[in-house]
Amino acid sequence: MRIFDPHIHMTSRTTDDYEAMYAAGVRALVEPAFWLGQPRSNVGSFVDYFDSLLGWEPFRAAQFGIEHFCTIGLNPKEANDPRCVEVLDLLPRFLAKDRVVAVGELGYDSMTKEEDEAFSRQLELALEHDLPVLVHTPHRDKAAGTRRTLDVIKEAGVPAERVIIDHLNEMTVAMVRDAGCWAAFSVYPDTKMDEHRMVRILQEHGLERMLVNSAADWGRSDPLKTLKTGRAMLEAGFSDDDVDRVLWLNPVEFYAQSGRLTLEDESIETGASATFQGSSVLRGARDN
Amino acid sequence: MSSPASDSASTSPSTTYPSTTTAPTEAGVAGALEAVLSDQQAGWLADARARVSAAPTQVGAVFPAVRRSCGAGLLPSPDATLSGWTVDDAARALLLVDVARAGLPPDDLAREVQDLYRYGDAAERRAVLRALPLLDAVLGDRALPVVTDALRTNDTRIVGAAVGPYAASHLDADAFRQAVLKCVFVGVPLASFSGLSERADAELARMLADFAHERIAAGREVPADIWLVLDRFPEAVETAGLREELSSPVPERRAAAQRALAGHDAAVAQEG
Repeated sequence: MRIFDPHIHMTSRTTDDYEAMYAAGVRALVEPAFWLGQPRSNVGSFVDYFDSLLGWEPFRAAQFGIEHFCTIGLNPKEANDPRCVEVLDLLPRFLAKDRVVAVGELGYDSMTKEEDEAFSRQLELALEHDLPVLVHTPHRDKAAGTRRTLDVIKEAGVPAERVIIDHLNEMTVAMVRDAGCWAAFSVYPDTKMDEHRMVRILQEHGLERMLVNSAADWGRSDPLKTLKTGRAMLEAGFSDDDVDRVLWLNPVEFYAQSGRLTLEDESIETGASATFQGSSVLRGARDN
Repeated sequence: MSSPASDSASTSPSTTYPSTTTAPTEAGVAGALEAVLSDQQAGWLADARARVSAAPTQVGAVFPAVRRSCGAGLLPSPDATLSGWTVDDAARALLLVDVARAGLPPDDLAREVQDLYRYGDAAERRAVLRALPLLDAVLGDRALPVVTDALRTNDTRIVGAAVGPYAASHLDADAFRQAVLKCVFVGVPLASFSGLSERADAELARMLADFAHERIAAGREVPADIWLVLDRFPEAVETAGLREELSSPVPERRAAAQRALAGHDAAVAQEG
């Protein structure tokens, strides 16, 4: 099983996770820029974070045979903090980078006026930079938030096929598919979605424009939920090709719209000087 | 301290250290690129170079798009000074040459170089580091902060690009030794370290021999390329007590010492 996790926050994960993910078949992933649990209090905090998503984290992933891409954006939660909003002025500099395959995560947390402004401005940036968009849907009042999200995207003029609407469930999947956007599901240990509910949704709505991610981060989450969903699909009678469609071909098709999805990138050096045993990640962690 | 002369020299920030290491040239970079770019890629680069020559501060807008427009593969070239360079490294180096040639005062050029590095992704930072020898005549040691920042990372792509001819010419003795040790530590091969044969000294040999002893005491591997330096300073090996480890009561230490000193014998055999 080859797996592309279209949404996972590796900055918060350990090298054990990278090893387990590679063993499970994960060969590529997208790390969306998001909230770190501890709120940021200044723009410099974002700059260092974005630099890490474009520098250290892809290097770390490459040591374990995994291609790392990212999305860049101001998340909705911190869009409410005036100390953080100025980062919007710096986004164009980062959106020009090679490994940025979408603008995101954008969208709503509490559906405030400030969130509206940040969302609209970043949709404009996506159009300017010719990048797809990754949208987070709110955990509270999800259905209303998802409906409003779809309206804002339509008004902004971003083509639906260039948008992922993420963290969907049984109540929000239909409206997203009707709008023509990509529908993404974060399979979690016990909250947003589980692998068996996921299989039922795939049986009902088909495999087209469907994405499954682990959204693993600093909270209780599981970076192998993609694999577990693939297994649940096979047990339910889906074919190997069906699983490959959902776990590999679909995310590749979506993010390739950026023109920057260079899989098996020659730039990632994993030669003799950077093998597992010789890697500065492993050695650095032990010796520094 | 082995070399008072070089230590006192290191206190002057503008010192250039003697090095016979050959640096890449603009003609070499341009020739290698010409052989590999398609017409479309070459056209894009010509436009970008014209734009930067006319307005050098535009380089920040052009720099991130180089890889998408010119390619990212290894640059095929028989020129040893371009060993390990990629196509985007070479194209970005030519853009930097254009910036330097556009007549910016050296301090402004240094600021532009620092900004490209500061706001660059990993590939852009590597390209800036690799291009430094081409800018040395204008920059002098003004870009040293970029090199020292790179040497603080643990990213082997960045560290490896930092230890080129520019670092060999400008790092002071302490920083040069620390850079060598850092490469050994993170796994950047010393064979690609510019200026090593000229600038290695007894103090560096002591540091590497102590490092080897620490690894042997832990029963771990010692990278064989430290012998590129230690073979020229055999007294450092004796002083560090590596040979005594061959009779350690701990089997793992004995075995590690045997493996490490076998690396030494192999290096000697290769030279002979």
